Amino acid sequence: MTEYQGEIDCSGMNCPMPVLKTKLKIDTMVAGQILRVVATDPGACNDMPAWANRVGHTLVSSGEEGDKFIFYIQRGE
Amino acid sequence: MAEKKSMAIIASQGSLDWAYPPFILASTAAAMDMDVKIFFTFYGLPLLKKKIKAKVSPSSNPAMPMKMPFGPKFFQGIDWPIPNVVSGNVPGFESVATGLMKKTFKNKGVATVTELRDMCEQLGVEFIGCQMTMDVFGFEREEFIDCVNIGGAATFLEFAADADIQLFI
Repeated sequence: MTEYQGEIDCSGMNCPMPVLKTKLKIDTMVAGQILRVVATDPGACNDMPAWANRVGHTLVSSGEEGDKFIFYIQRGE
Repeated sequence: MAEKKSMAIIASQGSLDWAYPPFILASTAAAMDMDVKIFFTFYGLPLLKKKIKAKVSPSSNPAMPMKMPFGPKFFQGIDWPIPNVVSGNVPGFESVATGLMKKTFKNKGVATVTELRDMCEQLGVEFIGCQMTMDVFGFEREEFIDCVNIGGAATFLEFAADADIQLFI
């Protein structure tokens, strides 16, 4: 179980909203903190790592819980 | 972290289906820390009006799937063959098709064009409204949302010249 300091639920949202909401949420956190993102859009599985990689955050882990996709993203500098 | 990139988009179309790509790509690029500017010209310019009234035009998009956003799955899967003589001539057909497409988007969790435009604004995307188009179609500055900068081809190209990505939509 990964510990996290922030959480956002993007269930039901389609591209590009999960990435946009995640970006706005992680902007409110500080470097090193971990954000837990919940999504139902299968496109997020590729988009979330692509976005994180581009902006310097780290996808710590990801997985599925039932019909939901879970991402743990650590904020970069 | 990668070096800072920039993206320049020309939005030249104003129907509902064509309204999505500029706002989706611009908001996402801004979320990826890119500098983004969109130049709204010709039929794209009304997308900057305070209230977006974009519709779909099935008769000019023959490949557009005509599907129903309600009922059982097999029913929703049917691609209704609507002849052009109907889609182009029956009064109100565009409004009906627009309503169905909006409903489909909503069912699938797709944001509205207005929501995506708001996200663009929030993420720092710059909107440039085409002065010439305003003059030609008789638009006034007050009809547009406040954050719009009015400019011409040179205003856009000055930014586009150094942009990493340039798109004409």
